[in-house]
Amino acid sequence: MVESRGWIRPFFQLWLPLAVALLFTLFPFYWMAITSLKPNSELYNPKLMPLIVHNPTMKHYIDLLRETDFLTWTYNTMLVAVVSTAISLVFGIMLAYPLARMRFPGAALIAFAVAATYLVPQPLLFIPMADIINSLHLGDTLSAVILTYPTLLVPFCAWLLMGYFKTVPKDLEEAARIDGATRVQTMVKIILPLCTPGFISAGIFAFTLAQNEFLYALIFLTNSDVRTVPVGAISELVRGDVFYWGQLMAAALLGSIPVAIIYSFFVEHYVSGLTAGAVKQ
Amino acid sequence: MSASTLQVPPRAAAGNRALGRSRFREWTEKEGVFSWLMIGPPILFLCAMVGYPFLYGCYLSLMHRPVASTGEFIGLGNFIADWNDPVFWRVARNTIVYTFVTTVLKALGGLGLALVMNQSFPMKNFVRAALLLPFIVPTVLSTIAWMWILDPTFSVLNWLLIAAGVPAPGPSWLGNPVLAMCSIIVINTWRGLPFYAITLLAGLQTISPELHEAATIDGATTWHRFRYITLPLLQPVLFIVTMFSIIFTFSDFQLVYVLTRGGPANATHLFATYAFDIAMSAGQFGLGASVALAMLPPLALIILALAIYMRKR
Repeated sequence: MVESRGWIRPFFQLWLPLAVALLFTLFPFYWMAITSLKPNSELYNPKLMPLIVHNPTMKHYIDLLRETDFLTWTYNTMLVAVVSTAISLVFGIMLAYPLARMRFPGAALIAFAVAATYLVPQPLLFIPMADIINSLHLGDTLSAVILTYPTLLVPFCAWLLMGYFKTVPKDLEEAARIDGATRVQTMVKIILPLCTPGFISAGIFAFTLAQNEFLYALIFLTNSDVRTVPVGAISELVRGDVFYWGQLMAAALLGSIPVAIIYSFFVEHYVSGLTAGAVKQ
Repeated sequence: MSASTLQVPPRAAAGNRALGRSRFREWTEKEGVFSWLMIGPPILFLCAMVGYPFLYGCYLSLMHRPVASTGEFIGLGNFIADWNDPVFWRVARNTIVYTFVTTVLKALGGLGLALVMNQSFPMKNFVRAALLLPFIVPTVLSTIAWMWILDPTFSVLNWLLIAAGVPAPGPSWLGNPVLAMCSIIVINTWRGLPFYAITLLAGLQTISPELHEAATIDGATTWHRFRYITLPLLQPVLFIVTMFSIIFTFSDFQLVYVLTRGGPANATHLFATYAFDIAMSAGQFGLGASVALAMLPPLALIILALAIYMRKR
């Protein structure tokens, strides 16, 4: 009795739900991977057992790299994500630092406005934004997305960094000021270095958000040379009713790998960024 | 003698300049001035790229404006057209059903998973990282995988169902209006559940185990401890996560655009995809802007609730 209880309880309370959750979570990725390795004869044969690959092939990967601009899309995605993340971090610091550590007229209003901006969803803005980008003649340039992505990322970075800036004790700042440091010196040499984990969290998060962005890229980028991976895959590997499933899956997998690698290195920072807004005060 | 008297004026000028510079420095060292110099550029950027487009969107919604024309002012004409458009009401219903059902599923599933994850077991960090994958992989790319899982002819689900004895060809997941709605609900839950689970797990870890120990000594059952300790202490986190999730589910675009484009027969159209269709595919910028703006009142209520709640804390 005691012995059977010894494994039954953890089985139902831990292992079974965990296994179900992992299966549900990871199956689409497994499916992505094996579909990309199946030859077409296998993909489109409903009689064959689909859960494993019978004759693996790299054909879809080779076709993807040879026949489409996938590498260009990857380069564009990376460039846009890195530049817009950098802009967002700088602007985020410029907003968060005074909001977290200074008293100034209008601070409460600005803090509220930044939070509200963060919560304004993109679909509310994309139609006027399309018109504005058109009238600036920025359509089909990467500048269009580099300029618009920070609108999504800056409020988020600012909000996350405010939490980190608040954790640095005021004494440190006062000591530096008494020793004759200017406000800029205090910020750059004393406070900012202490908040490095915050920059990594905000940076990783902004980077993943920029990689995930689809709506602006879809509207602004119609030329294959300037497309990002999600837009390129959806618009060029689906032609009318024809889906190039093998290549689509190869593109989906290759497109996910950069984010997944960066994420796996900084998973702790990512999680602390994810929970900062909700758990910390 | 004369050389030294000649040297006086330049020195004084330098002194004045230095004084001017130090006055300027003193001025920028003031808390209020320094703060505004810092926040000025990003605030200008946000005004230009968020504030202006928002106001411009409101203006567009009052215009009859086909693409590439100057347009004419028609007052509330677009909103009246929306009001009389049966598809608009279908879209509103879809969006509410989609948001409500996914939010409940994500909250319950996420809470359950967080409680499971709050036990100690080997490779916990690895499992947590794996569970978060759906949330970090670009939505469009993971939706492509789901599209193939739900393919009308080659669906792996149908293969399993047929193998289990369901008559071929099995359900048409994206072709049937009800099943299509269920499909987008499941996929949104798949993507959003980890966010709930990991955030709630972080919340659970801030609850002191001593509270549970004390309650157990006093004879509280597992359910009582969950109901009277865990849930109340988790409530702030749960509230914020739910609000976030509602805002971003209510305005979801990517998933539906990739998977169904709003079909079959508008059964999965949401506000964002419908506004996109009207503005980008049909080229009616004004009407599209009015559909997008229809999202604002419910969103504003949620945002206001969130702001008041955070202020109280």
